[in-house]
Amino acid sequence: MGAVRAQKMRFDAPLAFRSGAVLSAYELAFETYGTLNADKSNAVLVCHALNASHHVAGWYEAEPDNIGWWDNMIGPGKPLDTNRFFVVGVNNLGGCFGSTGPASPNPATGVPYGSSFPVVTVEDWVVAQARLADQLGIQRFAAVMGGSLGAMQALQWTLSYPDRVANAVAIAVAPRLSAQNIAFNEVARQAITTDPDFHGGDFYRHSVVPKRGLRLARMIGHITYLSDDAMMEKFGRTLKSDSIQYHFGVDFEVESYLRYQGDKFAEYFDANTYLLITRALDYFDPALSTGGDLSRAMSAARARFFIASFTSDWRFSPERSREIVKALLDNRADVSYAEIDAPHGHDAFLLEDPRYHALVRAWFDNIHATL
Amino acid sequence: MNATERARRSDFEAIAAHVEPGASVLDLGCGDGLLLDYLKQQRKVRGYGVEIDDANVLACVKNGVNVIQSDLERGLAGFDAGSFDYVILSQTLQAMRHTEAIVMEMLRVGRQGIVTFPNFGYWEARLQIMAGRMPVSKVLPYQWYDTPNVHLCTIHDFEAFCVSHDIRILERVVLTDGRPVNFMPNLFGSLAVFRFEKLK
Repeated sequence: MGAVRAQKMRFDAPLAFRSGAVLSAYELAFETYGTLNADKSNAVLVCHALNASHHVAGWYEAEPDNIGWWDNMIGPGKPLDTNRFFVVGVNNLGGCFGSTGPASPNPATGVPYGSSFPVVTVEDWVVAQARLADQLGIQRFAAVMGGSLGAMQALQWTLSYPDRVANAVAIAVAPRLSAQNIAFNEVARQAITTDPDFHGGDFYRHSVVPKRGLRLARMIGHITYLSDDAMMEKFGRTLKSDSIQYHFGVDFEVESYLRYQGDKFAEYFDANTYLLITRALDYFDPALSTGGDLSRAMSAARARFFIASFTSDWRFSPERSREIVKALLDNRADVSYAEIDAPHGHDAFLLEDPRYHALVRAWFDNIHATL
Repeated sequence: MNATERARRSDFEAIAAHVEPGASVLDLGCGDGLLLDYLKQQRKVRGYGVEIDDANVLACVKNGVNVIQSDLERGLAGFDAGSFDYVILSQTLQAMRHTEAIVMEMLRVGRQGIVTFPNFGYWEARLQIMAGRMPVSKVLPYQWYDTPNVHLCTIHDFEAFCVSHDIRILERVVLTDGRPVNFMPNLFGSLAVFRFEKLK
């Protein structure tokens, strides 16, 4: 991909959230790769999951090590080929990588929104993304694509704007969280909100960061992204030193890894953003308005769907993807579904599995042929 | 078009002749999806394939055919009763382990079933057995030790199966090298196509 540049777009039209709250003005950070063709038909929106951003592919001139989170998928000659497609990545509202979020100053008060930032939903994100598309002159996306929470946004696009999305590519997705999924999110949120440095979400004015909470949230989240086998394969019961130390410090390799991941995360991620994003996950449920009937909920969709799951993903297992496939079949929608036998758990959607990448490549080849 | 492709095409044509235009079709063990593609073009069907093999799923995606990756041996749990006009099992019946179960599943999910299979009663096969060897031919191109076929049957076997399982045969076409065989089909036909439904 080479060096890329982040951009910002300011929006002065107020945005009404599903919760009823209104944001009078906001900014979205985004990146684009490739070139929008003359009839503006080759645009692909890539939506991010929990802890990612608009920095989808490539690297920054000043930070050559800061490589986009889906760089193995998106770029020149990659499965989503930026020589053919105009790819857009957006940092979602409430995020902490440049778009307006809890750490941004509230224009009404001049201090960070903190606890007053509205609870945001997947639907709200999609509305904001559509406004960005308007500004970029994109009436209809050739595809909206994402993994995990990003895939939920792709699904929501097909319902909120059926005529503005030709294809939805949803990887490692679920139609709504299970009680267990919500439970893990709640543990993560409790870790953050009970950190004395959290200050009810207004920690900015105290010049502290609830790092202990963020670190725990990240550790618990990280466990759910990996499979038991993948963790065993990666760490086993390997010790950090030659023998067990009979203490509560780090004995095992896996402890050291989780602490490292937690510490790293707490350095850059905003605690309020973590709360908002996990809540958006909890609340996502297209079938809420149809009494739990997902088939009826998906009847609005007009897109062609590519859905893929990974056999070892226990966070959003293949069964969860099949619920969506079933709902699409009930509507006689165009859908293809692949169940990829990969050992890595939920994180597999970010990894380079040749079968998975070949399918995405073939899917985009076909889209390209229709442009 | 080579001989294999021609044979395949005649299989497609025989199936397409059985399918009402605009129908909904589920093709079990759809391979590379070319049958569905053919039915889409010739009969304007709304079609989905079911396939377990990774390479075939990829081929279907490349061919622009809807495909659901799933193991037929586990049944059709993701599909509602009566949700398709036709459920097709083309050249797959003989390779199924749970043959009986999948035919019943076909008739649960589909209003009608269509199967095609190589006729084990074809004279070539009989001759090779008489000579003391397992049959190897154009329609049965495998050696006994590497064959995916575990439930081979003759046309008469399948008809007897239908009788014992309350299945009504609506149509039968028997082909050899793509040409219909009407005289002693169980001896002179290499490929059988059946369309059938459940007796109410």
